[in-house]
Amino acid sequence: MSHHNKKEDDLGVSLPPDILELLAKFQEIEIEDFELEVGEMELRFEPGMARRILPKILKKTSIAKPTTILKTEFLPPIESYSGKIVEVKLGATKNEGGSRGRSLIIGGETSPAFYSFESKLNHPPVLTLDVFDMKVPLSKAVKMHVREVVDDPAAWAKLAVEKFGADMVTIHLISIDPLLKDASPKDAVKTVEAIAQAVDVPLVIGGCGDPVKDTDVFEEIAETFAGERFLISSITQDMDVERCAKFVKKNGHVALSFTPMDLNLARELNRRMYDFLGKKDIIMDLTTAALGYGLDYAFTNMERARLAGLMGDTELAHPMSSGTTNAWAAREAWLKMSQEWEPRELRGPLWELTTALTLLLAGVDLFMMMHPAAVKTLKDIIQNLTLGKKADSEKYLNWISIKS
Amino acid sequence: MSRKGKAGKKELSPIDIYKLLPKTNCKECDEENCMAFATKIVNQEAQIDQCLPLLKEQYSKAYTRLKEMLKPPVKEVIIGVGDNAVNLGGKLVMYRHEFTYFNPTAIAIDVTDEMSEEELMTRIKKTEQWNYEYIGYTLKLDMIAVRSTSNDPEKFKSVVQKIVENTKLPLILCSLDSNIIEAGLMAAPKNRPLIYSATSENWKSMAELSLMYNCPLVVSAPNDLNMLISLTKTILAYGVQDLVLDPGTFTNEGLADTLNNCTMLRRAATKNGEELVGFPLMGIPMVAWNEKGSTADELIKWREAYLASSLIVRFADIIVMHGTDGWSLLPTAVLRQNIYTDPRKPVAVDSGLKVFGTPDENSPVFFTTNFALTYYTVASDIENSKLNAYLIVVDTEGSAVDSGVAGRKLTAETVAEAIKETGIETKVKHKKIIIPGKASRISGEIEELSGWKVQVGPRDSSEIPKYLQEKWQP
Repeated sequence: MSHHNKKEDDLGVSLPPDILELLAKFQEIEIEDFELEVGEMELRFEPGMARRILPKILKKTSIAKPTTILKTEFLPPIESYSGKIVEVKLGATKNEGGSRGRSLIIGGETSPAFYSFESKLNHPPVLTLDVFDMKVPLSKAVKMHVREVVDDPAAWAKLAVEKFGADMVTIHLISIDPLLKDASPKDAVKTVEAIAQAVDVPLVIGGCGDPVKDTDVFEEIAETFAGERFLISSITQDMDVERCAKFVKKNGHVALSFTPMDLNLARELNRRMYDFLGKKDIIMDLTTAALGYGLDYAFTNMERARLAGLMGDTELAHPMSSGTTNAWAAREAWLKMSQEWEPRELRGPLWELTTALTLLLAGVDLFMMMHPAAVKTLKDIIQNLTLGKKADSEKYLNWISIKS
Repeated sequence: MSRKGKAGKKELSPIDIYKLLPKTNCKECDEENCMAFATKIVNQEAQIDQCLPLLKEQYSKAYTRLKEMLKPPVKEVIIGVGDNAVNLGGKLVMYRHEFTYFNPTAIAIDVTDEMSEEELMTRIKKTEQWNYEYIGYTLKLDMIAVRSTSNDPEKFKSVVQKIVENTKLPLILCSLDSNIIEAGLMAAPKNRPLIYSATSENWKSMAELSLMYNCPLVVSAPNDLNMLISLTKTILAYGVQDLVLDPGTFTNEGLADTLNNCTMLRRAATKNGEELVGFPLMGIPMVAWNEKGSTADELIKWREAYLASSLIVRFADIIVMHGTDGWSLLPTAVLRQNIYTDPRKPVAVDSGLKVFGTPDENSPVFFTTNFALTYYTVASDIENSKLNAYLIVVDTEGSAVDSGVAGRKLTAETVAEAIKETGIETKVKHKKIIIPGKASRISGEIEELSGWKVQVGPRDSSEIPKYLQEKWQP
């Protein structure tokens, strides 16, 4: 809603003198984000009262009906954007100062996600698969695919890359949690070492969520694996941001800037890091909520961030990462339900895929995922969206006559 | 957040509306004054026809002008009649955050005119009865798409007849042969079904039928927006007003064109005010079955489901599906509900103490967060199991349990404070609190800070009844 128009009324309807007073009252109703302050203005809509008396539309004079198609042209609505999403490189090969088999670049968009009528995508989004360094509750649908490797993070990582086609691997260092195993930074280094030996894809280093412990562990890993351009997941507002940003920079890694679904906080955290890190060293995670459990907020938040970045808001012009595995927090993803909703072995991965696909269309560049079927399909979708092939439209209308 | 007025060309403010109202402050619309009513109008929370004085002859000019100003850039098209009628389109904006999406994507399930009566009835009943209770909403399916696979007008007619006798769900009549469509319309002359579809070949006879039976009409031009807009222009000139646009749905590498077409059409309508494309968009996830071959049904349903989801995100106002399995339809239906929630609605509920049933001093005490979805899930699980219990809703600024713990919005401090503030100490005598399984990390800290004994509850609230049975002792 915009502010009122003080200009001379173009319809010649005069405004009563108390209008400014009245308006002052309603200026409060500025709808911003998800807040709504309507106060006493309760809506009481009674459908029965809507009566239509007016207007008597003038009878259309009978027009000559066309006999042939009136040819006209559709002009693609192309927009231009002042901003561009920064390109961030993940992983480093031997030549680049690391030991990875290859590095990946994400970001670089010049249009909203997959608006390929407008501009070509520079770098397709990539997928990193979750590996945990200790037993965590996994849903049945996921467990059946990783049962053999849950006690061996290196074997798990190998499976993720070789069998499930992961572009990257995320090692979640759950065991460092002071409230769980309180494993030491040295222990964590060992785990990462084993994974780095087992697979040569770029790695994401995930912490346990304790701001102090994560910082200590991240620093140890950053130094031990200097030059590898690991993604440090994640740096949050309540960590020692300066210290983190410094060791990420000094050792040539990438920071994942994590904020809880609030674009102002995202900007603020990015700003705090700019003092020490280059723009090309930051990816942002704006929080992923599961399908059915807040995906709408995550979707809109990311879509807004991407549009803002393209419109020139440089503080939001970073590639976006999504913890898509959060989809499994939805009970419909894992719960045994009544027969009509089964099998959950399909429902679960489809839940994760739907969450991922929705956010793909909001602009996510890096997906942290779990289920092999969801991973495979999302990869196929990304490929199909970036091939630049024209649809085979000839047989489309055949759907009407499919024999079922 | 703002709403666009008149085909997206300018933003509407309450003052734009106010200026044209009678300014009687008569309260007949139940608002305090005309300005309050104008604000509701802009927020799409009231209809202009609720202003009774405006309907008088002397204001006819203002009324017409208001109607024009408030016309959404994507026309609202109504399929069916009566309580089950489905409204398509009526979109004001391109992006959800700009205002709110109205009229959730309608989901139609297909049937054919060659199904046995039993199969037909089973499928219709299944579509009608399909529902899922989700945080206070009932998710449902909306329509039946009747396809002519026999190419026999008589068969089509008798099947449509059978369907309208057995369900009130609105119909889509699907055939490219106008004789078949006409036969279908004769069986449902007053039902206002959607006609699928007018193409470059048959547009004229389909337009005639649309006028004759006063039915909305789909215009199909597979992956050809020039043809689509040409047909639209032609059929509008022919006199048909309620159109639905079908640019085609394509699988595999065709997905790129599918999404591009929908995106371009919606942008042209909402941002550029292009009236020829200001109509609801149709998607057909069912095309996944076009290339069935020897592919397993499960795989086709999987593809159909994600096609549906991508179409819902990318502006489709109506889709047709063939697979009716719960596992494949549920994600689609939940996504539709998510995308169409009002982004103006708060994400958090009030914190404080909630009472379930008639708890006494021995009843269990739980806590959860004030994230709306978490709260409603937990509350409905406690409610449905008819437990007597206290639930402390901790203010986590709208975070769920796991993200609250991770993001330090749910801490021992916030929990201890909530325990104190709710005065729960005076209501029970046991000083035991059951915490969410996903908050187990902070269980020790909560115990220390609050002085309450912590019992780590289940990770999912659906297991609360079982948990209480096994583990709860005051």
